[in-house]
Amino acid sequence: MKVVKHALPSVDGKGLMMGRPAYTDDLADPNSLIVKVLRSPHAYAKIVKIDTSKAEALEGVEIVLTYKDFDRRPHTRAGQGFPEPSPYDKFVLDQWVRYIGDETACVAAVDEKTAEAALKLIEIEWDILEPILDFETALDNEILIHPEPEIFENFPIGFDPKRNLAAAYSMEVGNVEDSLKECDVVLEAQFYTQAQAHAAMEPHTVNARMDYQNRLVLYTSTQAPFHIRRIVSQSLDFPMSRIRVIKPRVGGGFGGKQHIHGELLVSTVTIKTGKPAKMVYTRKEVFESSFQRHPMRLDIKLGAMKDGTLKAINCHILSDTGAYGEHALTVFMVAGAKVLPLYNKVDSVKFYGDVVYTNHTSAGAYRGYGAIQGNFAIESAIDMLCEKLGADPIEFREKNMMLKDETSPIFAIMGEGTEGTAMNMESCELGYCVSRGQELLKWKEKYPRVELADSKVRGVGMAIAMQGSGIPYIDMASATVKLNDDGFYNLLVGATDIGQGSDTVLAQIAAEALETTLDKIIVYSSDSDLTPFDTGAYASSTTYVSGNAVFKAAMDMKRAIVKEGALALGVKFEDIEYDGVVLKAGDKEITLKALSNRLYYSEDQKQLMITNSYFGTKSPPPFMAGFAEVEIDTETGEIKIVEYVSVVDCGTPINLSLAKGQVEGGIVQGIGMAVYEEVLYTKKGKSINNNFLNYHIPTRKEINKLTTEFAESYEESGPFGAKSVGEIGIDTPPAAIANAVYNAVGVRIQTLPITPEKILAGILANKAKK
Amino acid sequence: MKVNVKVNGQNKVFNIEPGDYLLDTLRKENYLSVKKGCDNSSCGVCTVLFDGKPIKSCSLLTAKIEGHEVITVEGIQKEADKLSDYFGAEGADQCGYCTPGMALSVYALKEENSNPSDEEIKEYLTGNLCRCTGYQSQHIAIRNYLEDK
Repeated sequence: MKVVKHALPSVDGKGLMMGRPAYTDDLADPNSLIVKVLRSPHAYAKIVKIDTSKAEALEGVEIVLTYKDFDRRPHTRAGQGFPEPSPYDKFVLDQWVRYIGDETACVAAVDEKTAEAALKLIEIEWDILEPILDFETALDNEILIHPEPEIFENFPIGFDPKRNLAAAYSMEVGNVEDSLKECDVVLEAQFYTQAQAHAAMEPHTVNARMDYQNRLVLYTSTQAPFHIRRIVSQSLDFPMSRIRVIKPRVGGGFGGKQHIHGELLVSTVTIKTGKPAKMVYTRKEVFESSFQRHPMRLDIKLGAMKDGTLKAINCHILSDTGAYGEHALTVFMVAGAKVLPLYNKVDSVKFYGDVVYTNHTSAGAYRGYGAIQGNFAIESAIDMLCEKLGADPIEFREKNMMLKDETSPIFAIMGEGTEGTAMNMESCELGYCVSRGQELLKWKEKYPRVELADSKVRGVGMAIAMQGSGIPYIDMASATVKLNDDGFYNLLVGATDIGQGSDTVLAQIAAEALETTLDKIIVYSSDSDLTPFDTGAYASSTTYVSGNAVFKAAMDMKRAIVKEGALALGVKFEDIEYDGVVLKAGDKEITLKALSNRLYYSEDQKQLMITNSYFGTKSPPPFMAGFAEVEIDTETGEIKIVEYVSVVDCGTPINLSLAKGQVEGGIVQGIGMAVYEEVLYTKKGKSINNNFLNYHIPTRKEINKLTTEFAESYEESGPFGAKSVGEIGIDTPPAAIANAVYNAVGVRIQTLPITPEKILAGILANKAKK
Repeated sequence: MKVNVKVNGQNKVFNIEPGDYLLDTLRKENYLSVKKGCDNSSCGVCTVLFDGKPIKSCSLLTAKIEGHEVITVEGIQKEADKLSDYFGAEGADQCGYCTPGMALSVYALKEENSNPSDEEIKEYLTGNLCRCTGYQSQHIAIRNYLEDK
């Protein structure tokens, strides 16, 4: 392949580094009203009285909005396909506020200072209610977080607000209880995972204007522009035909930007005033008032035979969705659906649990989407089970894990909010990933630990993981290929580049299919008026789902070119030989350039422009093995990640350096979750670490050595053999690092993050036992 | 109030309010390469050069730049163009939001220390956060740029 499977520079990196205006706020109308939101100071309260008269009277204030300005139209901000598997439990503004940072009122003014001053003039009389801040007490608590009658589920998701339940689910293959009774060894363990902030560098931002056709034009930093258009129309009762959503360059998403943020309030301001308006979240708002990873409690039971055969898995999860139920059911289900099939040879497996409301910031979509939580629990428990069995953790995995051409019954049972889709693993190089990773880390020399001088100990640990490639039978993507005079192409895609490089990857797929070079493919993405539909950048779907749409459209275009070439040369279609540059039939030939100019200027004139689309009927999982080497200071508990080795099967990596970037970016975000990051609250539900000084994402000083390789793998159903690679990287670090810490110092951390305090406490407790 | 300043080699007079911060002034004056990220000097996407030294423009009052020189990426286009080739070769740019600020920090590092060690590179650039890349590809790109490979 000439373009695919090469490390080509991204199509946009240069212009962005050179500072060319490209992001949402760079494109705001300079005369935009500044929209600011009054955020709730209470974790749970009802507005008894709200007086905005003083704010409205302030010079420069254009409009003040409260719940009184909106019809009570429940919706979800989840940004999923329609109908969403998330409860409709949110109002644009409501008389009730359900977490500290919730939207209470909104001001639009000529400048930021005036808007801020106006917020302070809004007078509110509150009825302060008792909140629920411990998710383990939420279910059937006498306090109800969503007592309002209007809210509903689109289809059964286990939604029961009278029990503070946003969603619930259970499934069982075989009979776990019976299987466990037959097992020689049973391991029971409980794990906790924490809320993690997305922390994309670009804060959430949106701006709106009415255009010369009196249509609402939104520029917004989003992962799902077509869903945004639909939800704005739905929740504001504004005709969809009068909304255009443009997604400019996005400064990182990681799931956070799949949701609605300021779009509804900014649109309302512009619709009501006719004036351009914009909102840029402060970093405090990004932390407190957007979304975060669902915290979970995971109870695992594993049963195995002495010969090292895993027989049964029992997995119960309690998940905290916070104040609203965005992605409540689906994140929780993925914690099982994209972890449990790794061990496909068990007799029985049970997965069940509840997703509860609390008065914390809403949880939502976040790279890994449940799989990282499930992976931490299962892959830690596997190592704990191996210790009980006296088995080698790698040999145990090799004996019990998913291999090529195999399947798991879970694929057919568990989808994302619905039933799943049966599939065989046409591509699965997990075995290679595990063996190559050992070589790269020099596992055999280092396992389980190496003692260094000065109270330092190094340990190694590993974990395996899988993800998916889009949501089968739901995610649809489309692409339009347009031939221009002079013989270059436009590629129009709904697919959403959020920094992961999809514009580049999709252009590479088009270039390979059209047998041309990358510079001949001009990509334009994510404009609801100009590009065809795409569900958006989430669920690891873009390379596989959108890539397949691009491949189909490009192949259609190639056939159309040959057809026109046959007409121009006066020969039959099947007589044409075409290499992407010249069309030949015997001694007759015409270049694509000449043919294009003929089509647009001289004979048989017509526009060649072809659209095709794709929706997956399966979701081939990428797989990986992650290996961590950690160094622990046994006197302080300090932990250093010495090296992280990743060996990934994502089918064909379309762009070698961008695919590596997805893996390494995921690994470091996963290292953040494993050892550094945790959203913390006071006892009253106020965020403690709502800035980068107190919420510690990894800096370049903590990252020592990342070793990343790809397995040779080819997925028949993917474009040029590709599967997805956007999320898989984040899944393994929590478990691999927890296992490495245990192997280094004998301390088993079951509550993330793995902090020096917890490690040291474990070391001291072990010493006391001796 | 009026502030006299040299931006990217050109003398400018900015009309500002006393409490305005340099980041907001620069964006209002159409230097859109300077990005807003965190509001408290902790992410580095608003980095500019102030008399040649990288500073976080979100936390510097515009009034304080009177008589000084400010450089944004618009002022080092040739160097940013060259550095971006190294970033492109390593796939180190991803979302790109942090890269103009990073380019200015790398440029200043090169002026100060033409042959930094790996640790010195990391130390100098610690204040320029990136959530996309995992840093290693950036580090390789920056080292190659500094070594002019």
